[in-house]
Amino acid sequence: MEDNKALRMKDGQPVRYLVVDDSLFARKNLGRIVASFEGVVTGEAAHGLAAIEEYDRLQPDLVLMDVTMPEMEGIEAAGRIIAKHPGARIVMVSSVGDQDNISHALQKGVLHFVQKPVKPEQLHSVIKRVLDAKAPACLEGTAQS
Amino acid sequence: MKIELIQPFINAADAVLAQTLQGNVQVRDVTMQEEVYRRKGLAASVAISGDIEGRVIFDLDRDAVLSVARALTGEGTEPSEQFAGETVCELANMVVGNAITLLNDQGFRFKVYPPELHTAENGYAGTSKSESLVMLFETASGEVHMNIALDYSRQRSLTVAEAVAQ
Repeated sequence: MEDNKALRMKDGQPVRYLVVDDSLFARKNLGRIVASFEGVVTGEAAHGLAAIEEYDRLQPDLVLMDVTMPEMEGIEAAGRIIAKHPGARIVMVSSVGDQDNISHALQKGVLHFVQKPVKPEQLHSVIKRVLDAKAPACLEGTAQS
Repeated sequence: MKIELIQPFINAADAVLAQTLQGNVQVRDVTMQEEVYRRKGLAASVAISGDIEGRVIFDLDRDAVLSVARALTGEGTEPSEQFAGETVCELANMVVGNAITLLNDQGFRFKVYPPELHTAENGYAGTSKSESLVMLFETASGEVHMNIALDYSRQRSLTVAEAVAQ
């Protein structure tokens, strides 16, 4: 099964995730899914402003970011994080996946867009591609049987 | 209420429920309702404004809430009241989000507000100018009611009327 494959850094360390969603339920669900990839949720945030602070503090390997949130929406937060940290890897995870939202997010430097409800195998595939594409020299997806 | 506005919500509810509840979903009943809607279980509403205005209510019985929470978080225990509420809100968010994705790509523009959990016993009114459509989905985990009260905004209606007139 694709979703049973571990995704790890090249040095064997687990991928460290920042999960950003105003829904506790959604954060928990994403946490469960990335744990099945042997990832670690190193931080959580419930809105865009908190996400920026948490990114600065934690420097995660990858951010999973909702779009519609209070305080500051996800696409704006993603843009600010990328402006400050050009190597940031951000994947938007939202129930609203229309072309305007996707285009806007990609223009800000977001690497991918996953629509809710999240399928673990789909998220696995996206994360693997994002890690491989963004930093192929230091990251890899390793399969474990 | 126009069928082209409702159909994306029906398709989205069918797909999201089937995936989150991991089973078959059947529409068992569809009724039009003019009086206020009274919740059956845990209910969340999502308001929409713009080219389309109104609101959508998602209403799940407790067994269905528990099943969704288990399916999406992997936890087997009874969810707390707060977590059960979060579950219904997130389910409503996913259904409405998927539906408006289709409508957005058809050219409609509107704002969707965050889901609100409703615990009051009093009913929800429909929109000022339309009745609501109530759909009952039957799942292996329990019953899910979706109440839709949507219509074109006045501005959108005028635009359509002008296009027809030309």
